Amino acid sequence: MNLALRDIRHNLGRFLLTCVGLSLLLAVVLSMIGIYRGLVADALTLARAPGADIWVVESGTRGPFAEASRIPGDTREQIARLAGVAVAGSVTFQSIETFHRARKLRLQIVGYEPGRPGGPAEIAGGRMIARSHFEIVADQRTGLALGERLRLGRDEFTVVGLTRNMVSSGGDAIIYMTLLDSQALQFELAPPAARREKARGAAGGGIDTVNAVLARVAPNASAIEVAEAARRWKHLSAMTQGEQETILTRSVVEKARQQIGLFTSILLLVSTVIIALIIYTMTMDKLKEIATLKLIGAPDRRIVALILQQALAMGAIGFGFGAMLIVSVKDYFPRRVLLQPEDGLMLAAAVILVCVLASGLGVRLALKVDPATALGS
Amino acid sequence: MEPRTALAGPDGPRGRAVAPLVELRNISKHFGAGETRVDALRDVSLDLHPGEVIGLLGPSGSGKTTLLNVIGCIVEPSSGWMRLDGETVYDEKWLRHDLRALRLEKIGFIFQFHNLLPFLDSTDNVAIVLDMARVERGAARARAVELLDYLEVGNRRNAFPASLSGGEAQRVAIARALANRPRIILADEPTAALDSQRAGIVMDLLRKVARDQDAAVIAVTHDEKIYNRFDRILTLRDGRLDGEEREIR
Repeated sequence: MNLALRDIRHNLGRFLLTCVGLSLLLAVVLSMIGIYRGLVADALTLARAPGADIWVVESGTRGPFAEASRIPGDTREQIARLAGVAVAGSVTFQSIETFHRARKLRLQIVGYEPGRPGGPAEIAGGRMIARSHFEIVADQRTGLALGERLRLGRDEFTVVGLTRNMVSSGGDAIIYMTLLDSQALQFELAPPAARREKARGAAGGGIDTVNAVLARVAPNASAIEVAEAARRWKHLSAMTQGEQETILTRSVVEKARQQIGLFTSILLLVSTVIIALIIYTMTMDKLKEIATLKLIGAPDRRIVALILQQALAMGAIGFGFGAMLIVSVKDYFPRRVLLQPEDGLMLAAAVILVCVLASGLGVRLALKVDPATALGS
Repeated sequence: MEPRTALAGPDGPRGRAVAPLVELRNISKHFGAGETRVDALRDVSLDLHPGEVIGLLGPSGSGKTTLLNVIGCIVEPSSGWMRLDGETVYDEKWLRHDLRALRLEKIGFIFQFHNLLPFLDSTDNVAIVLDMARVERGAARARAVELLDYLEVGNRRNAFPASLSGGEAQRVAIARALANRPRIILADEPTAALDSQRAGIVMDLLRKVARDQDAAVIAVTHDEKIYNRFDRILTLRDGRLDGEEREIR
C-alpha cells in the first residue's frame, strides 16, 4: 500500500495546486537558463554565420563587435593574397532604427559581398541576394515578409530572402544587404549635408570603408599562422574565429551573462528554500498521522517513503509542468530563449536532489515525532 | 463491590487457570531529576488476563496515560519488570529493540478521536496494519472486510473517515486495532467522543472482542456511564494503583 500515492489522491487538488506553484517557479528558473543560453547563442550567431576562420580588423582594436574598427575597402585584396587564404570578403556592421508599418524596428545591418564570406549561413525562405543593389535578406524576427519593401536611409529595399534566429548580441534582428548598399547607408551623406561639407572645404572622401575582412583558410593551412602573417605584414589586427568568439562571450556580453547567471543562481537557491518549506509544511500537516502510524507499528522506512515519495512526485510534476509551460511560451519572449536538453536534464537532476535534501528536513521532523502524541490527542 | 488487589490470583478473575497477558511488577516511571523530578508511576504491579476488560480511572495527572504508554511499549519505565503475552519485554531495560514490531505483533490501540488515516478508506485503514505485517494485499483486505462486517460497519467499507459518523469511525478504529489479532488492546478514552448509546455499543463490542479473541482490554476512561461495562476498575492516584479495586462483574 503506497501511502504517499493515497495521500496525494486524497488531497489531489491541493497537491496539484502546490505543483502548479512550484512549476511556475521552475518555469522561471528554466526560462532564465534559456535566456542565458540565448544571450550567448545570439552573441555568437552573428560571428558564426559567415563561417570565417579569421577576422581582420583595424590595427590595435578587437573589433568589430567589442570595439569600433574601420579599414580601407581594398584590405580584402591584401588579405586574399596571403598564403593559406582560400577566400576573403569585406563586411560592415551597423545598428539602425527605423519605422515600418507604424512600428519601430531595431535592426543590425550587415553588408557583405555576395559570393564571399560574410553573408547568411542559410536561408529559411526566398533566396540569397542576387542583384548589386536594393535587395535585402531579413530575419523572420523583423516581421518582414518576402517581397515586402522597407525604406532604409534614402533608399527602398525589397526583401528577397528570410533567415531564422539571426540576431545581434543586443538581440536586434539582422538584415543582410550588399556591401555597396551598406556602405552607402553608413557613410554617404544626404545631399544637403554633402553640400554643407563641400562649402566648408572638407574633402569629399570616398566611402569604400569596411569594418572587417573575413577570411577562410585553405584546408591544409593554419588559421593561427595566417592571422599572425596578417598582423606582421599588413599591420592589422587579426583574430581566429575562436578568439573572436571568446571576445564576444567574455567581453561583449560578459556583464549581461554574469547578471543573468547570478540571478539564475539566486532563483535556484530560492526554489530550494521554497521546496524545503513546502515539504516541511506538508510533513507538519501529517504529524498526527505519522504519530499514529508509528504507534501502530509502522517502521521508519514507511514514514520516510511517505515523505520522500511525495517530495519527489511534487518535484517531478512541478518540473514537468514548468518545462511544458516554458516550451510552449518561449517563442513569445522578446529575446531568444534557448532551451537545451542537457540544461533541462541538469535542472531536473537538481530538482530531484533538492527534493531529496529538502525532504531530509521533513524526514528528520517525522522521525522525531513521539508516537505517544497519538494518544490523548 | 469488594476491595481486591490489582494482582489477580493464579486462577484469574473468573476463576480460570490462565497465564496473564500483561504482567507488571514494581513498574516505576519518573520524568526529570532533582527538584524537577516527577514520579508518574510508583511501583505499579498489575496482571491482566485473557477475556478481561479493565477500566483505568484516576484524576488528571495521576499517571493513567503514562501507564498506558508503558504497557504499549511507547515509554520506557524507569525500573521494574514487564511481560506481555508470555514474553518478558522489560527487566530494568528493554529486552527487545524492535518495539514497533512488538506493538504491531502484540498490541492494538484505540484512540479517543479514532485517529484514522484521512487518506485511506475504511477497508485500507484496517488493512494497513496487516500490510505493515507483510500480509498479502488480497488477504489483508479480506480480513479488513471481515472485521468491518463483524463490527457492523461493513456497509461503510469504502467510505473515508471524513464521511463517517463518530460511532462508525470508532468501530473502524476498533477493527484496525484487531486486524493483526493482538491479544492486548489498549484504549484511550474510547467513548469520550460518543453519546451514551454509542458508548455502550462500543464497550459491548470491546467485551465481545475480548471474549471472542481471548484478549485483554484496558481502557482509560472518565466516562461514568460505561463503568458497568468493565470487569474490573483500577484507580491510579499520584502514580500508585490505589489498593481498592472495584470488581464490577
